[in-house]
Parts: sequence; structure tokens; C-alpha cells
Amino acid sequence: MTSMTDAAIPTPKAAQSPRGGLPAGPRPQPPGPLAATVAFGWRALLKIRHVPEQIFDVIAIPIVFTLMFTYLLGGAISGSTSQYLQFILPGTLVMAVLLVGMYAGIGINTDTSTGIADRFRSLPIWRLSPVAGALLGDVTRYLLAGGLVLALGTAMGFRPPGGVPGVLAGVGLLLLFALSLSWAWTTLGLVMRAPQAVMSTGTAVLFPLTLASNTFVVPQTMPGWLQAFVNVNPVSHLVTAERSLMYGHPATGQILLVLAACVLLTVVFAPLTARLYGRGH
Amino acid sequence: MTSSPYSVEASGLVKRFGSTTALDGVDLIVEAGTVYGLLGPNGAGKTTAVRILATLLAPDAGTARILGHDVIAEADAVRRRVALAGQAATVDNDLTGSENLRLIGLLAGLGRRAARTRAAQLLAGFELEDAASRQVKGYSGGMRRRLDLAASTLVRADLYFLDEPTTGLDPARRAQVHALVRAMAADGATVLLTTQYLEEADQLAGRIAVIDHGKVVAEGPPAQLKSSIGAGTLQIRLADPARRLDAEQIASRLVGAPFKPGSDPAVLTTTVPGDDATGVAADRAAAAVAALYSAGIAVEDFSFGQPSLDEVFLRLTGQTNTFNDTPMEAAR
Repeated sequence: MTSMTDAAIPTPKAAQSPRGGLPAGPRPQPPGPLAATVAFGWRALLKIRHVPEQIFDVIAIPIVFTLMFTYLLGGAISGSTSQYLQFILPGTLVMAVLLVGMYAGIGINTDTSTGIADRFRSLPIWRLSPVAGALLGDVTRYLLAGGLVLALGTAMGFRPPGGVPGVLAGVGLLLLFALSLSWAWTTLGLVMRAPQAVMSTGTAVLFPLTLASNTFVVPQTMPGWLQAFVNVNPVSHLVTAERSLMYGHPATGQILLVLAACVLLTVVFAPLTARLYGRGH
Repeated sequence: MTSSPYSVEASGLVKRFGSTTALDGVDLIVEAGTVYGLLGPNGAGKTTAVRILATLLAPDAGTARILGHDVIAEADAVRRRVALAGQAATVDNDLTGSENLRLIGLLAGLGRRAARTRAAQLLAGFELEDAASRQVKGYSGGMRRRLDLAASTLVRADLYFLDEPTTGLDPARRAQVHALVRAMAADGATVLLTTQYLEEADQLAGRIAVIDHGKVVAEGPPAQLKSSIGAGTLQIRLADPARRLDAEQIASRLVGAPFKPGSDPAVLTTTVPGDDATGVAADRAAAAVAALYSAGIAVEDFSFGQPSLDEVFLRLTGQTNTFNDTPMEAAR
């Protein structure tokens, strides 16, 4: 990006007030909570359009892992690459969507640390509408990331027995979980000092959780201590629930566990986010 | 336009951040329809004061009413009537200039179409048309500042908070902002602006409060403020340093103040007392230089200027003695 100098354009009307400087007419009524949220949703979509590389930076990893594990190790692990793909893809899908979730925290942190949150707070709008509107951006990011991994999987030969309904159910559950987890990211985003700190904390938490799970191999072949970790790892439970939906034999227990986690995350972190954001910095 | 005769009524505002006290008991009264200047160096507490008055920050102690509404209990009523241009230019780097204005327009209650129209108007008015569809992250500091100001004038406000609106602008654009501030006042609005520049406050504000270390150290119309600390510095360089004593005797009587001992024996420096019943400061300075000429003491050059902001602060905070004989740079 080149920055432009102010002196570049001559200013014949030096001492005039900028044209159209002051508004004509009375100040309009401020927007209601819904209208304000929609405006912030529009902002979130614009940001995705202008900075799409953010998403691709993050989901490059699950995409590379899908390709590498399937073609390099798939045959050795499962006997055939196509069989292994059926096993790994629900897991890399989870990985992609969870990694992209970090941007919920990075976004809110950028807003509060650059001062634009100040302007939002100075407006007569529902205080949490910036956060609520950002959720629309989150949903879009999750769908984009998930859609890319699924498209890649389908091209490689991912044909789960659950068919399209199974995959849609899986995507729905994953979306719900990711949105609930968004609240944890926004809370983190509000307590960390800089966007980079959110990013590094996020990756430091997510990588061990997504790698040391049942995404790539069944835990039975791992040493005991690692098995213990993998079995309590929430990502493992999420991946198991995803597989069960996509394979067409839903594991009710695992799904209920994921739904319970969604409730827990939302109940704890949504009010925390509201409180931290409302309080200001 | 407003029922209260005062747009800002703050008393005893205190704000601490950890162990630093940003505001230490600030009182402010701003009459409706006037331009009021908050003057102070970096870190004096100007921005903290503005943030409290604009409902962004709760004070630890003290109360503030804006246009008759309490900033805590009736924050929303305040927000419906004020506009803020922040010091940390409060625009979204990822969005384009036009998108930024349209977003703030929507949030201020303009319809989709009205927001678009008004955004285009302001982009033209602030000479940002060419950059309208570029992301703000590529803007220069001055462009960003102008976009931020434009965002503050999307809809009408009864009170505008402008936090250092001209910092980083070139002189022509600074003059435009000055014209904008005057237009706001002519429209019946109140403007509270912060600045580091004495001359800016002098040109625009009807009254000034000087803030230092979180306290108001002086308050009043600019002229009164300046005369209270002396009109300016007179500096005379003699051709022959040996004539210094004679020169000091003649000149100090006319100036009405003693000269300060300096490192260069050829240079005489003094602070001329401000305009008062006994005369005008500039006349005194001119008379002193003329008298030296009449007495046959050759003057190599001389200068007389308004007190700098440094002088104002050093004087107001009682540190007059620290720069008696040192150049300004050394005293900073």
C-alpha cells in the first residue's frame, strides 16, 4: 500500500468550509437494535470481501493436511486412500471451521484497540449491536471455510453413507458449535492486548486440540497417556459426532454432549463478552 | 435548540488508570453555542476529559452533564445529540472511505440512500473523492483525519467533540477545519475542541481551559490568558557584547521587565509584560529597540513573538525559573 501525501492536490478553496460540510435538516432518529445489527452485519461482510486472504491463510492448513494425510499416509493407515478420506474429512472440516473462529476474537480486539469501538460507543445505538452484527460475519466465514474443505473432499472422492442430509446435519451442528465458541473468542479478544496476541493464543490452544484428537487416526494405536488426552479432548467428541451424522448413524450421546457444550459456552461467554464490551477500555 | 444554557457542566472529574491520575478534579463549564478550547500538552488529560464527556468512559469521581443530561444516567440521551471526532482516527482500516461513511450514516439513523448521498457529499467536500473506493489502510494520516471529521458531520449535532482535529494536517487543510468549526458554531452548535496549538485555540475559541497533569491550571478568554503570562519574548542581538550593561539599562526600563542572564553575552532576552492599562506589549518592545538605536547601541537583529505554548505551560505550572538562562530546547 502506498500512502498518499496531503500536498499532492492543490486546494484553491483554502479557507472555505468543506463543501457539504454541515448537514441540512434535523438529526434523524437513531436506528433500532435490529437495524444497527444489520448495519454491522453489512460491515462484517465487507471486511470478508476486502480481506479474504485472512480466511485462506488459516484454512490452508486443514486443506494441506487433508491432501497430505490422504495421499501420503492414507493407504498405509486405512488400506486405501479413498477409505482414509472418508475417515479424515469430517475431522479436517472441524479443524478448518475452528481455526477460522479465531477471527471473531481478532476482529473485536482490533475494534477496541484501534479506537473505532469508541465511535460506535458514542452513537445512540444498542451497545452490543457491533458484536451481534459481527456474528453474521462469523457465520459467513464458517460456511466459506467449511464449504471449501467439503468441496475439496468431494472432488477427492468423499462420499459418506449419510449422503447430503447427513453432511448438512453435520455442517449444522458444527456451525452451532463454532458460533457458541465465538463467544469464547470474543471474550479472549476483549481481554488480550493486541490482535497478534489473540492469534498466537488461539493457535497455541487450537493446534494441540485439533492435532491430538481422533481426527487423523483412531486413538487405539497411541500410547496410553496420549489416548487419555485424546479421549477427553472436546474436539474428539465433536469429530465423533460429525462422523456419526455424516455416516448416517447419528450417535445421540455424542451429539447431546456437543449441544451441552454449546449451551455451556454461550451461557458463560456471551454474558462475559457483553460485560467486557459494555464496560469499555 | 437546547434547554440548558450550558452544553457542558462538569465538576470534580477524577479518572485514574492504575497508578496514573489522568484527571485530578477537573471543572468545566461551556456555554451553549460557543467554541471552547481545551489546551494542553500530550498526556495532560485532554482526551480523557473528552472521553468522559462523550460517555465513553465513566469518571472515578465527579459529575458531568452534557446538554442537561447526566453522562452516566442519561448516556443515551447525550449520544443522541453529540458527535465525536476522535484523536485516534476512528475509522475502519479494512473498509473503503465511502463504506466507512455509509456505515456510520446508517448507524446515525440515515436510510440506505440518504447515507450514500451524504457520504458522497462529504467525500467531495473533504477532497477524498479520488480515494473514496480505496481501503482506508492506504490513506495518509491527514486523509484519515479528514475522513474521521467527515464521519462526525454526517448528521447534525448540538455539541461536537473534536479531539485534536487539526493534528497532522497541512496549513491549507487546517484552515478548512477552522472554517468548519466556525460553521458549526454559526449553526448554533457548541464545539469543544482540544488542541496543542495556542494559536489555534486563540483563533477559534471564545474561552480556553489549560490542562496540565489532569488539572485545569488556567481558564478564560484567550486574550486574558495570554496577557496573564506576558505577551511574548523579545530577543535582541547586539553587535558589541561590551555594550550589554548599557543596553539592558535602557531597554528594560521601556519594556518594563528585567533581562535574563544568558549564555551568549551579545543576546538580550526578556518576557514583555502583556497588554494592560499602561500600554501595548508590542509598543513596549518596539520602543526598547528604537531607544537602543537612538542611544547609538548597534543592534544586529531582534525578534518579538507571542509566547509559545511551552512558555504558557511552564509559566502556568510555576516552573518559570527552570528556563531562565537556557534555550527553550534545553528546558523541555
